[in-house]
Amino acid sequence: MSGQDIELMAHLMRRAGFGATRGELEEMVDKGYEETVEELLFPQDGPRLGDDVIRRYHVDIHESRIPEPPATEWLYRMVTTSSPLEEKIALFWHGIFASSFSKTQQSRSLAVQIDMFRRFGLGRFDSLLLELSKDPVMIIWLDNQDNHKGAINENFGRELLELFSMGDGNYSEQDIKECARAFTGWTLGNAEYMTARAMKASIWPYGAIAWHFGYRDYDHDDDEKTFLGETGRFNGEDIIEIICRQTATGRFMARHLYDFFVADEASVPQWPYTPPLDPDAIETLARAYVESDHDIRSVLRILFNSDFFKDAKFARVKCPAEFVAGVIRLGGDVDEPSLEMNEAGNLMGYMGQSLFAPPSVEGWHEGTEWINSGSLVERVNFAAEYFNDVEKPGVRDIIERLAKQNGGSFSPEDVVNSCLDLMGPITMSEESTRSALIQHVAKKGDLSLRERESGKAEDDRVAELLGLIAATKEYHRA
Amino acid sequence: MVSDNNGRSLVVIQLTGGNDYLNTVIPYENELYYDNRPTVHQKQIDVIKLDGELGLSPSMGSIKHLWDDGKVAIVNGIGYPEPNRSHFRSMDIWHTAEPTKVIGDGWLGRAVRDLDPKGENVLTGLNLGRGLPRALSCRGVPVASVGNLESYGLFPDVREEEARRDTLNTFAQMYGGAEGRDAISQFIGETGSAALKGADILRTAPEKYSSSVEYAANPLAQSLKDAAQVMCADLGTRIYYAQHGSFDTHGGQLPTHNKLWGEVSSAVGDFMQDVREHGRDEETLVFVFSEFGRRIKDNGSGTDHGSGGVAFCIGGSVEGGLYGEYPSLKEHDQLEGDLHFNNDFRSTYSTILEGWLGLDAVPIVNGNFEQFDFIRKSKISHKLSGVG
Repeated sequence: MSGQDIELMAHLMRRAGFGATRGELEEMVDKGYEETVEELLFPQDGPRLGDDVIRRYHVDIHESRIPEPPATEWLYRMVTTSSPLEEKIALFWHGIFASSFSKTQQSRSLAVQIDMFRRFGLGRFDSLLLELSKDPVMIIWLDNQDNHKGAINENFGRELLELFSMGDGNYSEQDIKECARAFTGWTLGNAEYMTARAMKASIWPYGAIAWHFGYRDYDHDDDEKTFLGETGRFNGEDIIEIICRQTATGRFMARHLYDFFVADEASVPQWPYTPPLDPDAIETLARAYVESDHDIRSVLRILFNSDFFKDAKFARVKCPAEFVAGVIRLGGDVDEPSLEMNEAGNLMGYMGQSLFAPPSVEGWHEGTEWINSGSLVERVNFAAEYFNDVEKPGVRDIIERLAKQNGGSFSPEDVVNSCLDLMGPITMSEESTRSALIQHVAKKGDLSLRERESGKAEDDRVAELLGLIAATKEYHRA
Repeated sequence: MVSDNNGRSLVVIQLTGGNDYLNTVIPYENELYYDNRPTVHQKQIDVIKLDGELGLSPSMGSIKHLWDDGKVAIVNGIGYPEPNRSHFRSMDIWHTAEPTKVIGDGWLGRAVRDLDPKGENVLTGLNLGRGLPRALSCRGVPVASVGNLESYGLFPDVREEEARRDTLNTFAQMYGGAEGRDAISQFIGETGSAALKGADILRTAPEKYSSSVEYAANPLAQSLKDAAQVMCADLGTRIYYAQHGSFDTHGGQLPTHNKLWGEVSSAVGDFMQDVREHGRDEETLVFVFSEFGRRIKDNGSGTDHGSGGVAFCIGGSVEGGLYGEYPSLKEHDQLEGDLHFNNDFRSTYSTILEGWLGLDAVPIVNGNFEQFDFIRKSKISHKLSGVG
């Protein structure tokens, strides 16, 4: 097993998941890169911390009692799932189809939406857009319940074209209106019931019951429409079918996938004016979209196996969810629920990413915009403190692995290099980071893990170093 | 003429959860108040009277003292068109000053940008709490967020002095290195260095500060104490942000609401005394708001989400008094069972931005709004009057 294999697998798991421990990476390298990609692409209902167990600890989440979005519930999935791409793709779609708690105030419906992203997020784009158009949170978020026959509300129609499929500049204002007409009658199925419940129980109005979709034939505009040059008595399904076979859609989705999985692009509103970082890569992905008949899984297969992906190590800034979930997965201590997870759930918000509450319909501004002085302090303090703890199973694992190297004796330089390797491997973008770490360790001289029965001071030194590595500039990158 | 706005600071206090306006500024002579609030009302005898019609909640004694000194402007009937009764959405609207579109930038973030266009001071805007409220967020504008001034900074868990110094040195080296870096690394390095610098500067604040005022232990009082310390250290901070709550009193309202306002009122009273002691009360403006008011009718134990509310502007340069109109409680004047707002919150924002901070309000609140005159026309600054 070469260091390069491990490095590449670690890269894959940072992007397609939330990082992996050394033990997990070794197993994957044994299995092979392409085989690992295939396993990621086909999520299994494998082991993870069960919702039933979580709910027993978090009555607040279960009963939707807290008037806050259910970020903690999702974080549990991210840190315990054995199908990480399922969560990652849901996070990807959540950033694009950004709908917020602010308009629905109902945790249950939001959780249902994310579950829909898990189930449809790797499949055919047409099916995903169709589910999205029927999703109650999206209907409320973009006012489609107010989109009536003879009195259209364009909000959903516009964003479906601008933000969810083709991107600005590929359709006319008239197309937006025709699109909105096709989605009249696509509304909530149980609005009256939910309103009645809200009136009856004012504190926690909606509890565990979710909205559901309803189609009102009498409120649907069934007349002829002309959309993107095609004419017919289109309904919403027809519009989605037309959208999904547009070249612009394939290119727009290719760029989104590149931005999220390969390297940070300019912000989305800049796309019509700024060429892609790697136009050939976008071309490759857009072609895969067409050739696979719009199958996201097939596009991702090409992406993960491409050279442009494999060469893009540490090209992205971790978003707060990746950062927090990554630290906890590597620390490896979530085998049962705990109230500390609520704090970790809040932390993502302190770092600028309140899951289920994106700042606007455009989602979060990503890349370096994740980093400001406030969020950076939160990131560094959380990660440094988390790893500076010899009781954490992940930290213990690294110490045990270290003790087996070099006969357990290390110069400051050796221990820094080994820890950078075992925590990632993390590649230093600059020598100054490594030399600062080496100098730090050197203040207490060489490190020996040989006679560790005599005390744990040496273990503490390793944990402190792991904390410092988590505080580096490089650790913010994926 | 030299603008004397440079020393002025704004302290924003957000009452989270929707403050019940009717039980804050109480129309104690109005029978409709008692009719609509068979359970959730203050007894007339307990109300702190402001005039023949209106009075404050019994726990607002400290604010009444400031009112008597002419330092409290009460903005009655504040709100915005087509009120939204969702906490999140309505708070967003107050934060972004944009009632119709969902946008990400906040009005105070834009104000920080205009106060310090080159981003020279990482402490121009200071949030006293974790995370960044949307009001303070703006692309490319650094704002410090301080949970607790005493323990603020990097590596708070490393307590032993020498270890702490070593750790911070290592951090400074790791983020300050200059050779061969790419753009992302450059940016993260600069941000880390700025955060370290901000923390270093802020750490000096408590050392420089002394005061006879003893603040209460509740989080808002402690946040305002932190604000006073930073203010007295002259670090160039112009906008402070703190929150208190939860005012979401659907049930068991009276004791909760009394307790919360007791905390807010005494914290503001202590803070104003503190800044007066340090000769800064004429340079300090406290602005208190909530995302919405509550329903006119009570629900038997509390009140549900409503609209139409009240804001307070408090400070040594405030022209005290009642502004806006107290909304009518008559049924045909109501808005779907709520008090009808009569002045747009962006009027108050514009007054604060222009009259207090000396900024052009139009691009910040995205429109022209009639301004109030609750800020006294600035006298010739005493700094200038000493000259010659």
